[in-house]
Amino acid sequence: MKKKAAPFRRSVLPKSPTSIQGLDEITGGGLPKGRPTLVCGGAGCGKTLFAMEFLVRGATQYKEPGVFISFEETEKELTANVASLGFDLDNLINRKKIWLEHVHVERGEIEQSGEYDLEGLFIRIHHAIESIGAKRVVLDTVESLFSELPSPQILRAELRRLFHWLKKKGVTTIITAERGEGTLTREGLEEYVSDCVILLDHRVTDQSSIRRLRIVKYRGSMHGTNEYPFLIDEDGFSVLPITSLGLNHSSSHERISTGIPRLDTMLSDKGYFRGSTVLVSGTAGTGKTSIAAKFAEEACKREERVLFFTFEESPSQLVRNMRSIGINLEPWVQKRLLQFHATRPTHYGLETHLTTSIKLINKFKPSIVVLDPINAFVIGENQTEVKTMLLRLVDFLKMKKITAFFTSLNSAGDAMEMTDVYISSLIDTWLLLRDIEIGGERNRGLYVLKSRGMAHSNQIREFKLTNHGIELLDVYVGAEGVLTGSARLSQEAKDDAEQLLRQQEIGRRRFGLDRKREAMEAQIVALRSRFEAEESEALKVIGIEKARNERFVQDKIKMAKSRRSDVPTKIKIK
Amino acid sequence: MKIKRRKSETSRRKNRPAASRSGICILRLYVAGQTPKSITAFTNLKLICEEELRGKYHIEVIDILKNPQLARNNQILAVPTLVRKLPLPVRSIIGDLSNTERVLIGLDLREKRA
Repeated sequence: MKKKAAPFRRSVLPKSPTSIQGLDEITGGGLPKGRPTLVCGGAGCGKTLFAMEFLVRGATQYKEPGVFISFEETEKELTANVASLGFDLDNLINRKKIWLEHVHVERGEIEQSGEYDLEGLFIRIHHAIESIGAKRVVLDTVESLFSELPSPQILRAELRRLFHWLKKKGVTTIITAERGEGTLTREGLEEYVSDCVILLDHRVTDQSSIRRLRIVKYRGSMHGTNEYPFLIDEDGFSVLPITSLGLNHSSSHERISTGIPRLDTMLSDKGYFRGSTVLVSGTAGTGKTSIAAKFAEEACKREERVLFFTFEESPSQLVRNMRSIGINLEPWVQKRLLQFHATRPTHYGLETHLTTSIKLINKFKPSIVVLDPINAFVIGENQTEVKTMLLRLVDFLKMKKITAFFTSLNSAGDAMEMTDVYISSLIDTWLLLRDIEIGGERNRGLYVLKSRGMAHSNQIREFKLTNHGIELLDVYVGAEGVLTGSARLSQEAKDDAEQLLRQQEIGRRRFGLDRKREAMEAQIVALRSRFEAEESEALKVIGIEKARNERFVQDKIKMAKSRRSDVPTKIKIK
Repeated sequence: MKIKRRKSETSRRKNRPAASRSGICILRLYVAGQTPKSITAFTNLKLICEEELRGKYHIEVIDILKNPQLARNNQILAVPTLVRKLPLPVRSIIGDLSNTERVLIGLDLREKRA
C-alpha cells in the first residue's frame, strides 16, 4: 500500500495520495483511503478536473485503477476536455486503467409509478469496479440525478445507501457536487459524506480571478485549514500550501558578487549573501533594471541559472536596452543559463502568477530569480494580497536557497524608505537608488539602506550608466556639500585650478628664494674679492713697514759701530 | 422464481396479419435480479397490458444483474424501468408500476390530467 502519512500523527488514517501538487501536503498524505470525499464548488471551479486528476494519477502512479462515473458529460466530451491537460484517457481506458461511464437520464421523459431503487446504478458501478479492479471511484455531480429522476426522498435514501455501499467496498471515492445557496451542496450531500469535504472556490477580485481550495472537514486527520490558492494549467491541478511553511530555512554564508565591483566593496567587499532577498528601489529611470541585469549577467558568468521575470519590458527589448550599457545577455539566453519570462501583471491573478512562477522555478531550477518590478502587481488596493504573495514567494525561494532580486518603483514624492508593497521587512539587502538634483540636472545616487548580516558602507555613491557598464563613483563631499554630475565635475575643476594656483605660488616662492640665494652668493664673492684686495694692500704696507723698520735697525747698528759704542744696542724687531 | 414471458403474445402475434403488427406495443422491463420489486413490477405490467393492450403487446424482461453491459448501453440506472420501444417515441417509466394510472399515462394510453 502506498500511503504517505504525516510524521507528526500518531494514529495514522490510511490515505490515498492524490499526487496533486500541494494537496498531499495540506491533507497530510491525500484523501481518506477507502472512504468517500465530497468535492464541492460553484460552476467552473474545477471539480471535474480535480476528480479526474485524482483518478489518472492513481492509475498511472499508484497502480490504482479508477472508475469515472459522469452524470453530466459524455465519455467523448470528457476525453476531449482532459486531453488538453495531457491526460490520454483513451489509452488508459484501453489499458484497463480507467473506466469511463456516462450515466444519463433523459430529463422529463421519465414517468414514475410506484417505488424504484437505483440498483441499476449500483450494478453498473459494481460492474465497472470489477472489470478493472478499481480502487478509486469518481461520481461526477451525482446531484444532477435530482433534476432527472422523480421522487427526491427515494433518491436521497438511495444515494445514502450508495455512499455506504462504496465505503463498504473500500474504494476511495470522490463525489462532486455543485455549491448551493448557503450550503455546501445543493442537495445537502454533505450530510451523507462526512469523512472529508473539500471546497473549491473561484472568485473574481479586481477583474482577476483567483481559485482557492479549502478543506472544510477531514475526519480523523490533521489538515491545513486555510484557503489555499490553486491553479489549473496545462499540467493539471496544483495547490500552493506555501503559507504552511515555517520560518526555518537554513541560511547560507556564501557570498555572491553583484557584478559591480564597487558595489561589492560597499557590501563589505563580497556582495550579497546567497539565498538572500535583495531589493532595489528607486524612482523611474534610476537604473534598477540595469543593476538587476548586471547581477544576472555576473551569475551567468559563474555558470549559474537565472530566471528573469519581467513585467514591463519584453525580453528582446530588455536585451537590447541592456546591450546599450554594455551588458550582453543574449549569449546566456542561448546557453540556456538565462531564461526570461515576460507577462503583464494584469494578465492573470496574483495566485496564478505565484503558481506559475513557482512552477517555472521548479522546472528551471535557477539559483537566482529576478522580479522586475514587483510593484507592477499592485493594482488598486490589493497591497495586502501582493504582500502575501511576495511573502510566499520569498519563503519558497529561501527554502530553495535561491537568491531573489526584486526591483521596486517608487513614485516620486513617496518617502524613499517606503516601497509600494510594504515588503521592507522581507528584504535582506536593500539598495536605494535616488535622483540627486543639483545645478539643473539629475544624477543617480546609490546607497545601501540596509544589509542584514554584513558591515556595509554608509556612503552615497554616484551611480553612472556608461556604454561599458555600470560605474560607481565617489560623490564630491566637501565644503560645498554633496555634489554629483556636472556640479561635481565643475567643483573638481575648480579644485584643480586652485591647486594649480597653489603650485604656481610655490614655484614662484622657490624661484624668489633661489634668486636671493644667488644675490647673496654674488655679494659674498664681491666682499671676498674686496677683502682680498684690501688684504694684499695691507700686506704690502706691512712689508714696506717691516723693511723700513729693518733698515732703521741696520742704520742704528751701523751708527753704533761708527760711534764705537761698546754695548751693543738691542733692538727688537718683530 | 422464473418470470414467464412472451407466451400468449407471441402465439397470438403469429396468427395476426402483418399489416396490424405495426400497432404492437413493444415493451422492455429492466430488472435487477428476482427481487420482490421486480416481481411486483412484472405482475403489474402483465395485468395492465392484458387489460389495455390485449394481444397487441410484447414484453421483454431484461435482468441487468446478468448482463450489466445492457444497463450501460440502455442507460438504465433506476430499477425497475419499463421502456416502451415501440411505438415511438420511446417512453420510460420507473418504479414497481403499482400506480396503474401513471403507467397508463406513461404509455400514452391515457391523457394526462391537469
